[in-house]
Amino acid sequence: MNHLGFELEKIKIASFDFTCCEGCQLQLANRESNLPDFLALLDIRNFREISSERLDDYDIALVEGSITRSDEIKRLKSIREKAKVLVAFGACACFGGVNVLKNKFPQEETIRTVYKDKLVETMPAAKISDFVTVDYSIPGCPVSKKEVEEVVVGLVTRSLVTLPKYPVCVECKQRLNTCLFDLGEVCLGPISRAGCDAVCPSGKTPCLGCRGPADGINYASFTELVRDKGLSLEEMREKLAFYNGFEDYLSHEG
Amino acid sequence: MKVDFNIDIHHLPRVEGHGDIRISVRDGKLAEAKWAVVETPRFFEMMVKGMSAERTPFLTSRICGICSISHTLASIRSLERAMQITPPETARIIRLLAMHGETLQSHALHLFFLAAPDFMGTPSVVPLLQSHPEVVEAGLMLKELGNELSIATCGRATHPVSLVLGGVSKTPSKQRLAEIRQMIADRRPMLDRATEFFMTLTIPDFVRETEFISLRDGESYPFIGGNLVSTDGVVRDENDYLLMTNEYTVDFSTSKFTKVSRESSAAGALARFNNNYDQLHPRAKEAAAAFGLQPVCHNPFMNNIAQLVECHHIVASAEAIIDQLLDDDLNDFRIGYEPKAGAATGAVEAPRGVLYHYMETSDEGKVVKADCIIPTTQNNANIHHDLHALAEQALAQGKGEKEVEKLCEMLVRSYDPCISCSVH
Repeated sequence: MNHLGFELEKIKIASFDFTCCEGCQLQLANRESNLPDFLALLDIRNFREISSERLDDYDIALVEGSITRSDEIKRLKSIREKAKVLVAFGACACFGGVNVLKNKFPQEETIRTVYKDKLVETMPAAKISDFVTVDYSIPGCPVSKKEVEEVVVGLVTRSLVTLPKYPVCVECKQRLNTCLFDLGEVCLGPISRAGCDAVCPSGKTPCLGCRGPADGINYASFTELVRDKGLSLEEMREKLAFYNGFEDYLSHEG
Repeated sequence: MKVDFNIDIHHLPRVEGHGDIRISVRDGKLAEAKWAVVETPRFFEMMVKGMSAERTPFLTSRICGICSISHTLASIRSLERAMQITPPETARIIRLLAMHGETLQSHALHLFFLAAPDFMGTPSVVPLLQSHPEVVEAGLMLKELGNELSIATCGRATHPVSLVLGGVSKTPSKQRLAEIRQMIADRRPMLDRATEFFMTLTIPDFVRETEFISLRDGESYPFIGGNLVSTDGVVRDENDYLLMTNEYTVDFSTSKFTKVSRESSAAGALARFNNNYDQLHPRAKEAAAAFGLQPVCHNPFMNNIAQLVECHHIVASAEAIIDQLLDDDLNDFRIGYEPKAGAATGAVEAPRGVLYHYMETSDEGKVVKADCIIPTTQNNANIHHDLHALAEQALAQGKGEKEVEKLCEMLVRSYDPCISCSVH
């Protein structure tokens, strides 16, 4: 493979999933019109969901999902030992994601509600950085394939790739949307990290912060905004807790 | 020849989620055949407790990364029925179009990425990019068409953004609809190319009499709501979903098992086909005839072909729906509602079969109780019993360890299981 006159090597990549819906991995098979070109950059070593080949030497491991059982910790650590670069892939891996919503209930009651008397092992859902060092994070529920392509191309060409530091509002304004606050909705756009092209507010539904907080956000001012607009703080808290991306905010608020 | 061997496939590849196949053969006879799901549970039925009805479909969407539109719509349907909300007709058909998109992308993903490599003897679709580029192109173009339909109707293919209680939060523009209509016309030849390709494949010959469960409304091919029916003659109301599932746990699986009139039953494309053949579009019936597929078919490997037949139906139906939307003023797409206490079931036909969400709400419109029964859950027992019968048949035909292993893997994949979804 040749790029601007330089010979490039395909990257040895693997994709693994833990407690999740596997929707982020599936994004890798989307944007079909450039999929053959995208796949040409990759040497897929281990990707159970689409291939029965299982090889243990890979440079980059994409890890999707949160951790909810002891055997997952062991498997995650062994992936960490093999991978040169470990990427937290999606909201569940980055923040614990929606799975964390179960943590507020007593564990025994949770198991009994779903499985009655059957013995089932589970533990409070946690993000992967609680157990291993994460080199790079691609947040989102699901991840944006376009952003994944940028990161993968960046890794192949050894150029630096960074996530947007600014909030979703910037992209939302670029798309000339009416602000959802003006339509009476609590939207997390002002405090959430951009990079999704404001897909939810553009569909006239509020941002729930699946990409976590933007850099340098002002929590107090956001709470003021919700209060000034006469909107519900309870609704705001339900949204902040949705993907567990705003742990700091919720603890700051007390 | 008397042989002993064990097949232990840990985390079966090319399926969604984590399931194991365990086969044990002693003295040439089958000692054990097991379908064991080892997926970690997420406890969605607990997570939704106390959540506002408005937000709940956005959460249950996350049960599945492949059929998130079905989960969203099952929750919306149960909550709208519980709180007596009737969405406008325009919203109803936009939702149907969103589901068509999801079913098309899901079937194309399964047929070309997950199932086809088995028939071609490759570990994944990647080698087929070189050896059969025109086949992979057909798969990719159909999958993309499905995704584009979903993106146009609900903002995103995975985890939809504009499907909401009371209707949809946004309608596609007429220009976008016209573009999609043209895209369908351009890509319809890909369906014929897909049919020609699948006709060259050898579908394993295996039959085990099965009770097939699906929705049926008697007016159209089923997608959203309807009676619960089986090929054994059972007919029940949508709210009686518990009688149609009878869920139970087994010690070797984190995913539950179900049954209706027999020890196991099956849901999915073949079940829908078997119960609703009369409602298929003529072009879909033509495709079925090309494969000699007729109701009631009891070969689980033919679920692959039933999915392909459904792709023909969906494309034809999507064309008709878009024509209807192009004539609509698209102004009446969402109604307001007052939260209220209630309880109801929402049943939809997800790509892999009938999906039930049951929800109870409080006066404030918060979810107080939920129950979700997933298509793959309704297939677990059937997969388990099929594995047993298939392994016995293969051994009786003198097949060796590798052949038995491959057939068993192909069988499970034919059901297109969505395992993390089933454990939710």
